[in-house]
Amino acid sequence: MAKKTPEVNSGSMADIAFLLLIFWLMTTSMNVDSGISRKLPPLVDQEQDPGMDAHERNVLMVFVSGNNQLLVAGQRMDISGLSEKAKAFITNPTNDPNMPEKEMTEIPLLGSYPVSKGLISLNSDRGTSYDMYLHVQNELTKAFNEAKNELAQQKFGRDFSDLNDEQQKAINKAIPVKISEAEPRNLTGGK
Amino acid sequence: MALIKRKGEKETPGISTSSLPDIVFMILFFFMATTTMREVELKVQIDSPKASEAQKLEKKSLVSYIYVGPPTKAFSQMGTAPRIQLNGAFSSLQNITEFVAAERDKLSEKDRPDMTVSLKIDANTKMGMVTDIKQELRRANALSINYAAAKDKGTTGGM
Repeated sequence: MAKKTPEVNSGSMADIAFLLLIFWLMTTSMNVDSGISRKLPPLVDQEQDPGMDAHERNVLMVFVSGNNQLLVAGQRMDISGLSEKAKAFITNPTNDPNMPEKEMTEIPLLGSYPVSKGLISLNSDRGTSYDMYLHVQNELTKAFNEAKNELAQQKFGRDFSDLNDEQQKAINKAIPVKISEAEPRNLTGGK
Repeated sequence: MALIKRKGEKETPGISTSSLPDIVFMILFFFMATTTMREVELKVQIDSPKASEAQKLEKKSLVSYIYVGPPTKAFSQMGTAPRIQLNGAFSSLQNITEFVAAERDKLSEKDRPDMTVSLKIDANTKMGMVTDIKQELRRANALSINYAAAKDKGTTGGM
């Protein structure tokens, strides 16, 4: 044969692949979703609100009013002080009789640990802005995270996020995140 | 590059580019595997609130989104009151139960308890609306929720 059939030129293959790659880069998103996770209570009769039967000293009432003012245990408070107050409430370091009771509980890895019975009851008005509400949620989360970190440091000498699963589980058991989001006050009226 | 020298000595060969497509394809597949297709087109404006304690949302395939905010400029005839968007369309409170049921059906049996609903809500929304949605979610038995918030360090005086 005098002439061979020429090979398909694969030099432009790279360009095609690059085009595909760029197309994919444009149409997909890599942004990570972040947020604050919460568990809603299952729908039960309204009378069975856990905040109701708890002892008064075990409940910290947090209320955000319609014009974004914060009331903690009936008193006006600035948002910056909330996380500290909440942390003192859940840890109760001095065993103050006005603060939540503790119950000795056997926890794997930690042994017997006084678990606080404290409950934070978060309530808001229908007119509260979501921004403010999330701010309060954030401060409460911070209080719990700090308490967990402290315990983790004390027991394992490391931050909570650096612990392994079992240790994290133990700490979570010792400091349970109890935030009750009570039924909104005027749900029936506002609907 | 490769000048042809008709001499006996050996010359350094040019770098072969024949494996370039393979490399690029590999990057392409990496991106295809790690990213997700952009979510539905937003019809509401969402200015996420910021939170220092926000944590990354794991397992995106188990997450369903509910968007709440004022309609975007293109839909300005709908007013400025916050609206709910489910999937690609404006929706109402009554449809949430249905939406959750449909989303739950999409998941496999063993993943269903881990389903999370992410609430992407504009910072200026009033809590009344949010509470209504939460009540609706409780009714639909979707109890695992996530308040979407941008990770923010510092402004609240954090760590």
